[in-house]
Amino acid sequence: MRHGMANRKLGRKSAHRNAMFRNQLASMIDHERIITTLIKAKELRPQIEKMVTLGKEDSIHGRRLAARIVPDETLIQKLFTNISPRFVERPGGYTRIIKLGPRRGDGAEMAILEFVDFKFEDEKKAAAAPAAKKSKAKKPADEAEDETAEAKPKKTASKKAASKKAAPKKSKAEKPKEKKAAKKKSEK
Amino acid sequence: MPNPKRRHSRRRTRTRRAHDFLKPKSLSTCPQCHEAKLPHRACLKCGYYKGREVIAVKDVL
Ligand SMILES: [Zn+2]
Repeated sequence: MRHGMANRKLGRKSAHRNAMFRNQLASMIDHERIITTLIKAKELRPQIEKMVTLGKEDSIHGRRLAARIVPDETLIQKLFTNISPRFVERPGGYTRIIKLGPRRGDGAEMAILEFVDFKFEDEKKAAAAPAAKKSKAKKPADEAEDETAEAKPKKTASKKAASKKAAPKKSKAEKPKEKKAAKKKSEK
Repeated sequence: MPNPKRRHSRRRTRTRRAHDFLKPKSLSTCPQCHEAKLPHRACLKCGYYKGREVIAVKDVL
């Protein structure tokens, strides 16, 4: 009997698992695209889609339901006023999963989860500007190592730097201080 | 406890193991850069999938 086995446990207790998904949902609303393992992406997809659907009919009740999952006013605001309105015509299927292949280390299949109207080119442009600023401004910080690795990727990139970079494409799009947080989230 | 009655010959062992080998990965060709890539995955060489760029290549090294 496979009754009541609808979701994967992902090797976690429910509190751990729910906390992880809340994190990822927040990241997804914030960045509109996350890189994670394929299995987590598949588990997360129905959850984020349900939140988008909640946002389609902008009601106080809906907002409160959404805020129970992602207790962040600004993110809920973004979901209800920016993300969901983009999908009013679309009866579900707001996200896509792009497989990336196995990652180094544990060989877990990685994937991108993004909204279907995500424009990679925009993100790339946005990433270009802060990245240039960052490399000049943040030299003395502990991320100096990261910076050099990014500047001349192939040669000096130590294994450590490489695995760090393996985390999220996200990080580059973000402001520097958000970098670590974003990394953590999308790595989960 | 039950135990084997007879030792297996080398031939028997090796015949059994004849099928224990790794199969080559089936690869497809990236239409963008013509590099070998895993089918149904983004190309990590050029970052393209289905005709559009989906990932900055240096992010996935
Ligand atoms: Zn390619």
